Amino acid sequence: MQVNNEFRPKIVAFCCNWCSYAGADLAGTNRANYPADVKIIRVPCSCRVNPMFILRAFQRGADGVILCGCHPGDCHYTTGNYYARRRMTMLFSMLSYLGIEKGRTRVEWVSAAEGAKFAATMNEFVETITALGENKRLEDLRCKK
Amino acid sequence: MRRIGVFVCHCGTNIAGTVDVKTVAETLGKEPAVVYATDYPYMCSEAGQNIIKDAIKEYKLEGVVVCSCSPRMHEATFRKAVSAAGLNPYLLEVANIREQCSWIHKDMEAGTAKAIVLGRAAIAKVQLNAPLIAGESPVVKRALVIGGGIAGIQTALDIADAGYPVDIVEKEPTIGGKMTQIDKTFPTLDCSSCILTPKMVECAQNENITIYSYSEVEAVTGFVGNFSVKIRRKARFVDENKCTGCGVCTEKCPVKNVPDEYNLGLSNRHAAYIPFAQAIPNVAVLDKNRCIKLTKGKCGLCSTVCSAGAIDYEQKETIVEEKYGAIVAATGYNPIKIDGYDEFAYSQSKDVVTSLEFERILKADGPTDGHLQRLSDGKQPKTIVFVQCVGSRESGSSHGCGKEYCSKICCMYTAKHAMLCREKYPDTDVYVFYIDVRTPGKNYDEFYRRAVEQYGVHYIKGMVGKVAPQADGSLMVQASDLISNEQLHVKADMVVLAAAIEPDKSARPLATMLTASMDTNDFFTEAHAKLRPVESPTAGVFLSGVCQGPKDIPETVAQAGAAASKVIGLLAKDKLSCNPCVAHSNEMMCNGCSSCANVCPYGAITYADKDFSRRQDGSMIRRVASVNEAVCQGCGACTVACPSGAMDLKGFSTSQIMAEVDAICK
Amino acid sequence: MQEVMKKRASELLADGTVVRVLGWKNGEFAYDPTPAVFQTVESLEAFVYNDFCASNLSKYLIKFLRQEGKTLVFLKPCDSYSFNQLLTEHRVIRENVYIIGVPCDGKVAEDKLREKGAEGILGIETEGDQIKVKTLYGDLDLNKKECLGERCLSCKSHQVVVFDEMLGENGEENPDCGRFDMVEKLEAMTPEQRFEFWRGELSKCIRCNACRNICPACSCEKCVFDNPASGISQKAAADSFEENMFHIIRAFHVAGRCTDCGECSRVCPQHILLHLLNRKFIKEMNECYGEYQAGAEAGSRAPLVNFTMDDCEPSIIYTKEAGK
Repeated sequence: MQVNNEFRPKIVAFCCNWCSYAGADLAGTNRANYPADVKIIRVPCSCRVNPMFILRAFQRGADGVILCGCHPGDCHYTTGNYYARRRMTMLFSMLSYLGIEKGRTRVEWVSAAEGAKFAATMNEFVETITALGENKRLEDLRCKK
Repeated sequence: MRRIGVFVCHCGTNIAGTVDVKTVAETLGKEPAVVYATDYPYMCSEAGQNIIKDAIKEYKLEGVVVCSCSPRMHEATFRKAVSAAGLNPYLLEVANIREQCSWIHKDMEAGTAKAIVLGRAAIAKVQLNAPLIAGESPVVKRALVIGGGIAGIQTALDIADAGYPVDIVEKEPTIGGKMTQIDKTFPTLDCSSCILTPKMVECAQNENITIYSYSEVEAVTGFVGNFSVKIRRKARFVDENKCTGCGVCTEKCPVKNVPDEYNLGLSNRHAAYIPFAQAIPNVAVLDKNRCIKLTKGKCGLCSTVCSAGAIDYEQKETIVEEKYGAIVAATGYNPIKIDGYDEFAYSQSKDVVTSLEFERILKADGPTDGHLQRLSDGKQPKTIVFVQCVGSRESGSSHGCGKEYCSKICCMYTAKHAMLCREKYPDTDVYVFYIDVRTPGKNYDEFYRRAVEQYGVHYIKGMVGKVAPQADGSLMVQASDLISNEQLHVKADMVVLAAAIEPDKSARPLATMLTASMDTNDFFTEAHAKLRPVESPTAGVFLSGVCQGPKDIPETVAQAGAAASKVIGLLAKDKLSCNPCVAHSNEMMCNGCSSCANVCPYGAITYADKDFSRRQDGSMIRRVASVNEAVCQGCGACTVACPSGAMDLKGFSTSQIMAEVDAICK
Repeated sequence: MQEVMKKRASELLADGTVVRVLGWKNGEFAYDPTPAVFQTVESLEAFVYNDFCASNLSKYLIKFLRQEGKTLVFLKPCDSYSFNQLLTEHRVIRENVYIIGVPCDGKVAEDKLREKGAEGILGIETEGDQIKVKTLYGDLDLNKKECLGERCLSCKSHQVVVFDEMLGENGEENPDCGRFDMVEKLEAMTPEQRFEFWRGELSKCIRCNACRNICPACSCEKCVFDNPASGISQKAAADSFEENMFHIIRAFHVAGRCTDCGECSRVCPQHILLHLLNRKFIKEMNECYGEYQAGAEAGSRAPLVNFTMDDCEPSIIYTKEAGK
């Protein structure tokens, strides 16, 4: 999104219902600010997030995607985030292999008590993505002129 | 396209302060599907809810979006309101424009823009929401307790007291567990048997309790409210109904040299035996590996002397199948094997014993009839050394059997042992070598202080390096005193090792059967470490006693009662309503590859061969997955593991999430 | 070899051990033998086996999973790994298959022959390291090694890992095959160089689905890309992104299940180096979660449906790269 020549990134944050979404709520309760560029999608567990969703977000114009879940060992469903961790590691590996800038995707474990961490993470992520600029590569990957 | 209504909440100024709610309602009102959009100061209020209810009826809404606080706050409220107006409660989505928008953004323009995007995402999602109906499953009003130690006994008694039938499965011939072997209990020093035996008898007499002794759980299927369990009743070769427990067979049996489990092998029993005098059920057992009749076909003496005619050499093991609504694991613990600790000379000297063996020596029905004696020569020991933390708090164990955790009970029982020695035999010198003394608990530290101050037990901070048996039968104990920083040599007559405790070996296979999770130490995992400490993450499976983590008797009894109350709460319901946001497999697309079942933490997915034959392509039978909706908790791990996309999650379907993604990225 | 195979097939058909034979017959071109089913001893006349018979037969067994009677199949080392993987995924039933293992020291690629000047290919005969290519314009004697397909140059294993009987001598695993060399080369590049490389490769894709159709791991009843409910099905490609998505998701779906048989690259009409995507996943999973070879053992648990509590964090990918 380009408004008045100032680049504002589009950022999708997938948050698990039990820890990270609650952490985001707590950030709100504590009035811990972060940019409005971040939009949260609630999922039951980080293991519900299909790499397809992340690619789809990029396809539709997202500049950065972040996945937040319960800390390993604290998953509401006991093991969900362990699977999510492996899947995301592999997805990130593939994106990096394809030459996509690192940092466009991120995983962060945020507990329901970590409102401050949630806000800090989002501030940091927005900064990273703003520095990276618009995401063109994934789309351009196929369009060799 | 569904007819959607949008309701924007001001939350006083909480939202309206930084989000232009009028603009949000106006803008969202122009979305193609939206037939009605409005705003109101407090949507969650009675009046606010009525606005929603009225609009549903007036505008024939087929989907509702409320832009308000977090769904964690009021989703349930709005679902109820929607439902009251005749719309399926799951045709509602909440856009979180307070916690995740107005409260964190100061700029009105940015906040309003974001609230609109969040609203659009909710509209996109609700378009695809399916009307869901929470399923119901009946509850079998019977509980199973696995393990008949004090944990299992207490749980069973509490459940039975509430009026529900409960079965105890105990793998040994008698219930009672470890507590039967213990002499006195800390910090009150009352006799363990005296407080346990009445409870055991109560179990036997309570008409709601059935005891399956000498039995093991063979298989578990089903789910919360409706478990089906196979119990294997081992053959004891004695008819439980006929045996009076007179004990004549156990006296006449000519095989006398079988190590006695009750005394940890410190004495012998017969091949026909009753584990101990107060055993429940008080029924004899024939040891099938040692009985001459059962191994060689001769003898038969016990049968001749049994006036009740209870001996049955032909008895076979049987399988009992029973249905339960809830299962409690109470499998308990064992001290670790310490043969690997060569430095303590445990395998070399009879006078180096574990703490549990020491209990047996102190107890009146033990191998020494309760007299403090050395097992080697029967002499009364004059100097006793207690070694703490043998195998506990060991990281990177070189012994291969050490545990990283603290076994929790050793400090207290060692203080008890030391005190009992000094009390009964004041001329005994008692040393305790420790890393730390940990005695939190009511009257616990006072108890330990008494051992030190009143009974003059020598507590020395430092570990024992070596125990060397001497030619004169004594034991040379080499240790370091960390406080005075010197090497000590104590000539002892007896050394007692506080061996770490570990979960019973039967726990892991049981956890697999129950699909309950375990930690790396084989302790059962709680559903939540703090808030749900007696529930396993698997619905309907509860935890009682040391199988969940090291604990002493009062804690065990407290947890046993807590587990019982959870069970009672479950059994009190006639039906369980299930979370309808569960996984669902599309059979037409399922490959039957088991990827989903591999990642399911609840064992909710099963497979069956199904006939998909069609006239045009002939016979076609495929293996396909199906989800047990009562077991599935709706995490969605399976949906991503499934390569074909056959597995989807209701309420958070792939297309719903994609629609949200699209709306946000537009 | 062809005659020995035919003989065993005839015997097993005749004595009723099996009711059908899955093998190869000549295709439209001599260099392109095609998988075929033979149900009678007579029909085996058309049975062909030579150094052009590259296709992996395992996937075809899914079709016979529930049909009456046993199927005889000839499996090369590569194919046997795929078979085990399908067994793990319950797509084939071991008891319904009679497996004859055939050793393999690589298959000849037609394009390599063309490079050597072979046109109008009519057949091939192998004699040790030498091959005789029969063409319309006469015979051509060539060194077999120089004519092997790409995937055979970095063959991970010459061992047939599952069989009822073995024809000839079974080979061994080949851990020093250097199959990750090219992946490493790419990893050593800058992101920009890698991006250019893949842009070059993926922009060639015409979405013919040959890679998907041949892949033994891509054996879904219905592919997500054909399923309207998945949200990513292809009507007409909405934008160029969808092809990227296809290849990334396809690689992801077969990650941990791909046995690295190389069929995807072999059949790609655009010669896209698709196996490099799969090998990246294999390499990364080996590095992160320990060595794992899909199909080496039936019933093994693939890394992506498994975990340990102390797995590495996804950010390791970024630090790894920074370290380079």
